[in-house]
Amino acid sequence: MELALTGITKQFPGVLANDNVNLTVSEGEIVALLGENGAGKTTLMNILYGLYHPTSGTVEIDGKPVQFHSPGDAIKAGIGMVHQHFMLVPVFTVAENVILGDEPTKRAGIINRAKAKKTVTEISRRYKLDVDPDAIIEDLPVGIQQRVEIIKVLERQARFVVFDEPTSVLTPTEVEGFFEIVQSLKADGKGIIFISHKLGEALEIADRIVIMRRGKTVAEVLPRDVDEAGLAELMVGRPVDLVVDKAEAEPKDVVLSVEHLTVLDDRNRRAIDGVSFQVRSGEIVGIAGVQGNGQTELVEALTGLRTPLGGRVMLKGDDMTVASPRAMHQANVAHVPEDRQKSGLVLPFTVTENIVLNSYYERPLSRGVIMDWDEARDRATRLVEEYDVRTPGIEVPVSNLSGGNQQKVIVAREFDRDVALVIASQPTRGIDVGSIEYIHSRIVEERDLGAAVLIVSSELDEVMALSDRILVMYEGKIAGEFDATASTTEIGLAMLGSTEGQNEQAS
Amino acid sequence: MTDNGDAQTEPLVTEDSPPGDRSSMDRIAGVGSSLRQALLVPALAVLTALIVGAIIIAATDLDTLPLWGTDPGEAFRQTMSGIGKAYKALFVGSVGSPRAISETLFAATPLILAGLAVAVGFQAGLFNIGVNGQMHIGGMVALWVGFSVTLPAIIHIPLAIAAAIMGGAIWGGISGVLKARTGAHEVITTIMLNFVALFMVDYLLKTSVFQAPGRNDPISQKVNASAQFPTLIGDFRLQIGFFFSLAAVAFVWWLMYRSTIGFEFRAVGYNPHGGRYAGMSVAWIYLGVMAVSGGLAGIAGTNQILGLEPYRGISNFAGTVGFDAIALALLGRSHPVGVLFAGILFGALRAGGREMQGAAGVPIDLVLVLQALIIVMIAAPRLVRAIYRIKTPDQELSTTVSTGWGG
Repeated sequence: MELALTGITKQFPGVLANDNVNLTVSEGEIVALLGENGAGKTTLMNILYGLYHPTSGTVEIDGKPVQFHSPGDAIKAGIGMVHQHFMLVPVFTVAENVILGDEPTKRAGIINRAKAKKTVTEISRRYKLDVDPDAIIEDLPVGIQQRVEIIKVLERQARFVVFDEPTSVLTPTEVEGFFEIVQSLKADGKGIIFISHKLGEALEIADRIVIMRRGKTVAEVLPRDVDEAGLAELMVGRPVDLVVDKAEAEPKDVVLSVEHLTVLDDRNRRAIDGVSFQVRSGEIVGIAGVQGNGQTELVEALTGLRTPLGGRVMLKGDDMTVASPRAMHQANVAHVPEDRQKSGLVLPFTVTENIVLNSYYERPLSRGVIMDWDEARDRATRLVEEYDVRTPGIEVPVSNLSGGNQQKVIVAREFDRDVALVIASQPTRGIDVGSIEYIHSRIVEERDLGAAVLIVSSELDEVMALSDRILVMYEGKIAGEFDATASTTEIGLAMLGSTEGQNEQAS
Repeated sequence: MTDNGDAQTEPLVTEDSPPGDRSSMDRIAGVGSSLRQALLVPALAVLTALIVGAIIIAATDLDTLPLWGTDPGEAFRQTMSGIGKAYKALFVGSVGSPRAISETLFAATPLILAGLAVAVGFQAGLFNIGVNGQMHIGGMVALWVGFSVTLPAIIHIPLAIAAAIMGGAIWGGISGVLKARTGAHEVITTIMLNFVALFMVDYLLKTSVFQAPGRNDPISQKVNASAQFPTLIGDFRLQIGFFFSLAAVAFVWWLMYRSTIGFEFRAVGYNPHGGRYAGMSVAWIYLGVMAVSGGLAGIAGTNQILGLEPYRGISNFAGTVGFDAIALALLGRSHPVGVLFAGILFGALRAGGREMQGAAGVPIDLVLVLQALIIVMIAAPRLVRAIYRIKTPDQELSTTVSTGWGG
């Protein structure tokens, strides 16, 4: 059994998204499809799933050419897709979601719930998924929701399963569990396509790695023959520096001082509970921790988006505890938000409009209420050049840019002044290697120019690569402080709230 | 540092965004380069509506219908001539003579103003269904200024308009405050305030302050001649209000695309979350949007009092203008220039509709059916695109409408 995509070309107006791409996957094989954002992975998978029609090229299953006109055709042919963004009905149970669109019925069209539950339980047991068929989706953690998606695919008898960036939403522990599931699928003879831009994961899980760049398949390698640096080079097309190159920090005056800060989350629970720390000029402090341990609320409190319940936030000696986002901006705080599309940008706005999004009211961009668009365009032109934003023009909606370039727009906007404090949350989430490298170097540059930098990231590798000092957050408290030389194991333990870390906090 | 050398060959477009939607409408410069794109779907929608309208004219022609059984040829001939006559009358009545053009622009005036009010809301992500109420309040204020003082027209008219803008802005602002303070959805509050305004007008018109002496029904005193909008040409009804609507188009364009206020409106309209992160006060912006929208509606209301016979306040003087304006704003894609053309089109349908009724014997209702069909076609751009096999998705419109309901 084999699935083969041969000579796939997809021409969009003005963009050759796929250019003679070849990809095969056999039964019981895990193929990683690796490439930067914009390399054409998603287009290829949409063709496989019947969402796009290829300009030329063929899809064959077991040597027989097939034509998919809709996802329904693809599903019937045994192709399953687990999307990056889940397609689940939050208020339905697991079993209801699994049968949705393919409901088993008794006489008179009544849904056979018992059968649905049995199916879920069977699949769950067979692949050790450990999912309760009666649980309501919205109550489940993301990792379990993903398993429900997997059950959906298996329930429809998929022989080939495509995972689109499956680990981007998972915690490190969940990733391990996910890999076990993938292995059990493999053992059961499923052919797996694993789409990712994370090099380590591809090396760990794949039997074969196919690399795409600019719409072409540029290389096919076996994990034992390459290392991360080698893969990165194939993906980007040039040698990539995976280690952040930075000199020893020279911390000076305290810029940010957080004192006994307590912050409530949206459900009025203490997301941050009496946290104190300082960030000095010229140092990068990283906050590590599994997502959902208060990082979001901490950043919101520090940037004026959420009013703390108690404690103080001092910026260069001024009390900024209840300052507005604008006041923080005017105090030269640069904020790179966690979710660039939801909070950092106005997607339908042009690059220019996004560049001036938080400074449009200041001279020289405006006088009174009159905008000076020439000035704005000049600034955009300069920053696009300076920050290597790759865009067809400054008047293009920022939604047309790749994730990495969108992030560069935000970084350019935030860093283009005399920055006192940088607060960057998940600064490189979901973006390509080249952009990650670039944004990291810019953050270090800000530090060297004398800014205090606070990095919040759920990617431990990123925190460790960038930070001069690492704080670990666990359940709204700081569960440990480490210097840059600490080992992953030590920090990993603190992230899980080990007693050692908690003692440190208590003392 | 990345290597700049290969910048040209790097893929510039994400694979997630369908490459089709790069109709990069130059928002700063207005419609600009993609004017054709912006006009194509609305134009085809109008065309489709006219075709469907023709079918309806044919299907409702009771005299001809029985003929189809006995003499289809004759029936076809009669039907075609009926449709021809109806549309000729529509054309003649709207643009066929100087008087027809005057009637078209006269009818378009309040529609343009009210359409702008809705469009400003749409652009900021708010769905102002309360233009009707804001027109009533603005109109009543203008009415009071109109009959209670006597001043030179050059002062009297601007004063009445300024007062009406204030009235409409306050009435719209109520919904803005409610949304900003309590999260009450503007769709609900504006609809309800329409009723409050409507019945308040009825009540006020019967009070001694407003009521015409010697009358028992809700009708007001006549506004002084100095506050009546001067007509422009001979005995044509077209009056200076049309120029006020043109000025309003220019003002709204400037506000939305050239001022920091419009920048905030649009940013919050597309992404309130992003606006807040960028330091904008979303609550104040909602208030501002509703006030501007209500103010524009106030001018529309003024036009209905000071701009036409009998120059008095009567019950429900705003009529359906405030609701037609919603369709109009959609047709004009919430762009002030688009609203201007959509307003003139609707005005033409109004003016031509009367001629259609008079000369061709087509009921005026059918003109309303035509308008409704255009609206359906506009609201369903995908349908129009499917009919004419146009591939570009109409992101603009869907965004505007969906954010309108989203808050």
